Amino acid sequence: MNVDQRSAYWRRNLLYIAVLLSIWAAVSYGASILFADALDAVKVEGFPLGFWFANQGSILTFVVLIFVYVLLMNDLDRKFGVYER
Amino acid sequence: MGVIGWTWTVVAGSFVLYLAIAFYAKVRSPVDYYVADRSVNPILNGMATGTDWMSAASFMSMAGLAAVMGRDGSVYLMGWTGGYVLLAVLLAPYLRKYGKYTVPQFVGDRYYSSGARMVALLCAILISFVYVGGQLRGVGIVFARFLGLSVEQGVAVGTVIVLAYTVLGGMKGMTQVQVAQYVVLITAYLVPAIFVSLMLTGSPIPPIGLGSTLTPEGAAFLGAEPGRHLLEVLDRLSTDLGFRPYTAGWKPRLDVLAITAALMIGTAGLPHIVIRFFTVPKIRDARSTAGWALAFIAVLYLTAPAVAAFSRAGMLATLHGKPGASAPAWFQEWQRTGLARFEDKDGDGKMTLSADPARNEVTVDPDVLVLANPELARLPAWVVGLVAAGALGAALSTAAGLLLVIAAGFSHDLVKSVLMRGLPDRAELWLARIAATVAAILAAGMALHPPGRVAEIVALAFGLAASSFFPVITVGIFWKRATKEGAIAAMASGVLFTGGYVGFYKAVRPDLDAAAHWWLGISPEGIGAVGMLVATTVLVCVSLATKAPPVAVQDLVSSLRYPREADAHGALDARRAAP
Repeated sequence: MNVDQRSAYWRRNLLYIAVLLSIWAAVSYGASILFADALDAVKVEGFPLGFWFANQGSILTFVVLIFVYVLLMNDLDRKFGVYER
Repeated sequence: MGVIGWTWTVVAGSFVLYLAIAFYAKVRSPVDYYVADRSVNPILNGMATGTDWMSAASFMSMAGLAAVMGRDGSVYLMGWTGGYVLLAVLLAPYLRKYGKYTVPQFVGDRYYSSGARMVALLCAILISFVYVGGQLRGVGIVFARFLGLSVEQGVAVGTVIVLAYTVLGGMKGMTQVQVAQYVVLITAYLVPAIFVSLMLTGSPIPPIGLGSTLTPEGAAFLGAEPGRHLLEVLDRLSTDLGFRPYTAGWKPRLDVLAITAALMIGTAGLPHIVIRFFTVPKIRDARSTAGWALAFIAVLYLTAPAVAAFSRAGMLATLHGKPGASAPAWFQEWQRTGLARFEDKDGDGKMTLSADPARNEVTVDPDVLVLANPELARLPAWVVGLVAAGALGAALSTAAGLLLVIAAGFSHDLVKSVLMRGLPDRAELWLARIAATVAAILAAGMALHPPGRVAEIVALAFGLAASSFFPVITVGIFWKRATKEGAIAAMASGVLFTGGYVGFYKAVRPDLDAAAHWWLGISPEGIGAVGMLVATTVLVCVSLATKAPPVAVQDLVSSLRYPREADAHGALDARRAAP
């Protein structure tokens, strides 16, 4: 990788991190805590929505976020020729 | 065979299994002992990390706390899972690229200072030691409840077992043992939960059962009409007795936010979790290890709120208004251990549950809920034995991981790199084993004479990790300009700030330990989140005021960002990429 490629790779990684952590914060601190009372007015099956996010939705989102990051970075590594075989 | 007989059989069987696995691991070198020869498959490593992570608190206390706290119990559910996202994106891949053995070693190299390494070592040992004492205490309590030993005897037996397999097997043996422990503990947690869920809601998947409607049998058990949603019935049962609705939150939002953040950030700074990412072959494996670990943890953490709601509903419906003499068998059994109590204040012989402490006559220790679950669902005696083995597995695995951090810190960071640089590998290996033994004995001593309540001590460990390691490691990875002066000042100020705040309310003035006196209403449990901000600010300001790090260090930081080096033509340079 030359200097430009190196910084392009790193900038893309930082972008992924920023987007994924924004979702992480929105779901856990937002939907499950700050806006939970408002979301509770919505019922999905037997769950008030805020309660569901606090108990299950946030944890499920965390798992998905990590695997999305794994896939995005594997892809980025291949594109820049730094994928480990 | 009775309950005690079955419990002994299952517990002894699980111990024999753990020891056999550790014996066959055959550890030969420090790289085996500290990082399992870096050859652990990421899925198995994820499973082992999950077991390492889930302690007696996750297994026994969490569902009980959620049952009492309702929606606010999510501080633990989210706080003890959300940190894995931080680990996956901010720490794990870069620390694996660095490719050494311990967290203090990283701090020392990144901040080009053996002083910083020693401060980090001190923090790592302090955090791990505080935490391991709590785990051994948990082992003692399980032995006392299920197997009729005293807490002291239980601590002794647990210490010997955990030492036997960490001393023998190191990280390599421990990882394999933890895979076995995961199977034991998750089976023990799921089997009773699935049966209760089937009985109440007809769904074999507890997290789905939590949002489902009641079966006729479940409705009869809870004294409600069939076809109503379980949570709706639980809210009604709660408000009828003057409690808050189960699905509503009532703690101040800011404090809930602070506690959740402190636990998440603390997770990502706990050394026994961070070192797990050193054990996989590749950088991308470090990322996926975090994903697998969280997936395996989520199986238990998604079941816990269901267990909490099921047992809360069962307790409110089957105890309130019933004559004390004909209380359910599980209640009478736990009454004997003092963990469930009925005092007939109004003298009518009936059990009254109420939100008003003056009228409430029934108290049940939160830890009992998970343990009493098999009996609530009238499951056979061997399931009770399995739950005991699961609780012990959870506590022992966490204790083992922590002992390994202390052993590696002492032998590798202190003796090998500072006191005796020429130490041969064989001697280092034996030194690590001796350090683990001494640490275990000291921790057992602390477990017998705990300086405070276990939950408080563990909260302190999280706060310290959040306000020392997390900022120093992440800023060190993402910002080349961070200097050694900044790092030392940050660790010191973070530990002093958080330790001082917790110490003030827990030790100096416990009489002031209430929401009205806390700074901005943030509890000592949540102050680690503020401590992290304090340490980060100090790190940035002091770094900018001091001389930039040497070029070699800035190059090291750059190299962490790329999984392997590639030359100008894009061909891989395998020699430089090798760790």
